[in-house]
Amino acid sequence: MTDAQINDDQGTKADAQEQAILSAECVCKEFAVKGKPPVQALQDISLHALKGRVTGLVGADGAGKTTLIRIAAGLLVPTSGRVTLLGLDSVADSLEIQSRIGYMPQKFGLYQDLTVIENMELYADLQGVPGAERAHRYDRLLSMTDLAKYTKRRAGALSGGMKQKLGLACALIKSPELLLLDEPTVGVDPISRRELWKIVYELVEQDNIGVFVSTAYLDEAERCSYVLVLHQGKLLAEGNPESFTGRMKDRVSLVVPAQADRPRHIYTRLVGSRGIVDATIRSGRVRVVREDTSETQLAAALDGMHAKIEPAEPNFEDAFMALIPQTEGHFQVGRGEGEGAGKMQGSNDDIVVNTRELCKLFGDFQAVKKLSFSVNRGEIFGLLGPNGAGKSTTFRMLCGLLPATSGEISVAGHNLLRSGAKARARLGYMAQQFSLYGQLSTLENLSFFGKVYGLSGKRLKQRINWAFDEFGLGQWRDKAAFALPGGYKQRLAMAAALLHEPDILFLDEPTSGVDPFARREFWLRINSFAEQGVTVVVTTHFMEEAEYCDRMLIMSQGETLAMGTPAEIRDLVRSPQNPRPTMDDAFIGLAEGTVDKTSIAAGTAGNEEMAQGDLS
Amino acid sequence: MILFLMRMRGILKKEALQILRDPSSIALALVMPLLLLFIFGYGVNLDAEHVPIAIVSDDRGEMAQDLIARFELSPHFELYQVKSELEAESLILSRDVDAIVRLQDDFSSQLLRGTQAPVQLIVNGIDANRARLIQGYVRNIVNNWSRMRQERGEAGAGPPVSVSQRIWFNEGAESRNFMIPGLITLIMTLIGILLTALVIAREWERGTMEAMLVTPLRRVDILLGKIIPYYILGMLGMGMSVVVAVTVFQVPFRGSITALLLLSSLFMLASLGFGLLLSAAIRIQFVAAQISIVAGFLPAFFLSGLIFDLDSTPPVIQIVSHIVPAKYFVTISHTLFMAGDIWSVLLPNGLVLAAMAVIFLGLAYRKISKRLEG
Repeated sequence: MTDAQINDDQGTKADAQEQAILSAECVCKEFAVKGKPPVQALQDISLHALKGRVTGLVGADGAGKTTLIRIAAGLLVPTSGRVTLLGLDSVADSLEIQSRIGYMPQKFGLYQDLTVIENMELYADLQGVPGAERAHRYDRLLSMTDLAKYTKRRAGALSGGMKQKLGLACALIKSPELLLLDEPTVGVDPISRRELWKIVYELVEQDNIGVFVSTAYLDEAERCSYVLVLHQGKLLAEGNPESFTGRMKDRVSLVVPAQADRPRHIYTRLVGSRGIVDATIRSGRVRVVREDTSETQLAAALDGMHAKIEPAEPNFEDAFMALIPQTEGHFQVGRGEGEGAGKMQGSNDDIVVNTRELCKLFGDFQAVKKLSFSVNRGEIFGLLGPNGAGKSTTFRMLCGLLPATSGEISVAGHNLLRSGAKARARLGYMAQQFSLYGQLSTLENLSFFGKVYGLSGKRLKQRINWAFDEFGLGQWRDKAAFALPGGYKQRLAMAAALLHEPDILFLDEPTSGVDPFARREFWLRINSFAEQGVTVVVTTHFMEEAEYCDRMLIMSQGETLAMGTPAEIRDLVRSPQNPRPTMDDAFIGLAEGTVDKTSIAAGTAGNEEMAQGDLS
Repeated sequence: MILFLMRMRGILKKEALQILRDPSSIALALVMPLLLLFIFGYGVNLDAEHVPIAIVSDDRGEMAQDLIARFELSPHFELYQVKSELEAESLILSRDVDAIVRLQDDFSSQLLRGTQAPVQLIVNGIDANRARLIQGYVRNIVNNWSRMRQERGEAGAGPPVSVSQRIWFNEGAESRNFMIPGLITLIMTLIGILLTALVIAREWERGTMEAMLVTPLRRVDILLGKIIPYYILGMLGMGMSVVVAVTVFQVPFRGSITALLLLSSLFMLASLGFGLLLSAAIRIQFVAAQISIVAGFLPAFFLSGLIFDLDSTPPVIQIVSHIVPAKYFVTISHTLFMAGDIWSVLLPNGLVLAAMAVIFLGLAYRKISKRLEG
């Protein structure tokens, strides 16, 4: 069927057919578009998912993952072909299927005004769970999801990770035979993601249920027993994760920069070079996926840079990036050329953002506790931490949207809460969820935000044209913003924040809910702005993205866990057992308290770059 | 059956908790009606009182003075006694007065002679409604006066007055008694259409509807799950409005509670059916609010006879008004409040509402789909 399929021997294949708990046969799905040819969301998809296994559906935004899961859940009717679940037809027997499966939609399907236990009771009532079984079932789900302490809290007041676990508990209320999860880990921090996968595997092992899960996180594919790669509505490849990584043998290298060169420079050089399929910064090195096993092109691209090439163990992400056709111009980012965002003013030693002992109380709740840090001009500074760590609160205080309870803030020498529009005009702010006007077209959105920031006439026109070029938004010019794919929404939001050429950029979770391509592109763009002297403060819960920052601060429950360069942070958790820790390891180590605070202080205080970042 | 009851319990409890915990639906269902009642009850008054008029009397006779005194006594008018017609005309031009009443110099002598004595009335007709009111008031005063004279057998009582004008039911001719029962229709429309359309759109926006669809809920469950709570809420709003109308605004209520409950239930169900039908197609709260105002609220306001008398509208509007459920309930409500259980009026209107409820709910049931695409 597809080139990457592993050819099981005939015996097991027949077995698999029998055990299949979900199977699709030649499924096509078209969506009608007014006045235009219909959109082909799914084209000729055939697949099987087995009982007692976790089958992963992996793909970028708009690949068709959600459409496929919705067809399986009986929410959509395929244009042709059929899907069977538990031996039942997804269209004809949807009611019967719906009483035997668990489904968690992307938005979790929770009622915000209802408490944790009320949400669970609602789903138990709807699924007809007998009263006698309930107490036992609730206990098990609550202890599994660790929500027992919060049963009386309203779902709307839960953190993202807790909502997701409650959503899962509701989907599992009646011990389903098959669990459908639609991107369950979008917008959730690494600890919560890890916990979710633990729960899923517990269920698979104890109850022998089948799990069909879609995800845009490529590292999660490796946790599945079987992976299906969907791309633009077509099934591109399938197999177990090992079969994917096996094909990448000898095609992945790590470029280790010599002390002087920061990995970002090498990264910027390598992206889009001939023979290089993918480049990312990982643990202070540049990870490179080559088109073939020869290293000559990579060596040529690195010519003149002090760097060492080391072989690396391929992972699923490498395989995925190599699989996706490279014709779509993923990296069409104008790198540094032409007119950028802000203009360099002053030297790189200027402190642009500074906070001292910043605190924020909401009632009795301490959202931010004694936060002190500073950011230099042209620096990319990351605020990292799980949902609910206080990142967004800190951000809002920096932008002058929230008053601080105590402590000092200055942004470009002003406290934005008190100073007027003039100081604000120097900064660009991109809010979480992108805050665009969904009903307005791309052009109208840009023109609106331009006018809000005081641009008009020729200048406005010029900047809008710049935005269309720089962000490749031309084809979406007259399209309503809500209809844009996630990655393009992000581009538009960023373009809107940059129209007035700010020299400080605040980006709140800019890569949340955005697929791997868009995220790569985003960081490349951020890099180029930073090189032009724009100061960037960014929050993210993707730990690996911290590698793109010059310096970062890790927060948890309002407190500063650590601050420093990516290398310094990773060094904190280095141990004989884990000689080369990742950012995720570092974060989990810090959050779980396995790294003692003295070592943090020792790790950060010794560094020159930390001179302004006094850690209390 | 047990499963059905369990599902209903789940969905009704959810709806109830949401209504109780979400201040916006409480506000829309209970605070908004009160606000409307008070705005319309106190603020909008269609009666004309203390209308400034100019009186020009060229007749110094006793009879003319007697008639002028009648005008002075009327609460409807504020008199300006002027000397000449010219002066009166300048007053009406500067809009200091709305009308001129003129008695010619032979007024008394004509009356004494037993011929008709004309009273000239000039009304500023910019506000046609007001002009008609003034006309009516003036005619009333003159007629009452001549009748009184006739009864007393005074000299020159003249021919008997042929114009007999009387207002039935709304004896005080107070517009409040007419507005408030009509307003109850508007309040129930708001709850039935706007609130239901909004809450369903919210479920779509928050993704809870999608999760609901992938449960063993039947279409009937979904329909009942929305009808029951909002029916109760709507009836509460109605009950509250009736109590406020009777106690605060002293509007008479002459019908029976049973008839009110029965007929308003029918209207509530028709409105809910219409709201559910709309929301089957709308998944954005903003659009839901707009559409339900344009398709539900405005017709109930303008095409129901609540504000404008439907008989005086163009035929096209009259035809269109027949599909507006509010039109039938406005009639019912007016009848119940001011006339009583007049079944010859209530029955046909009630039957139309019943038919509408069946049609709208039936369509809504057909429209509800357990799939994401229509």
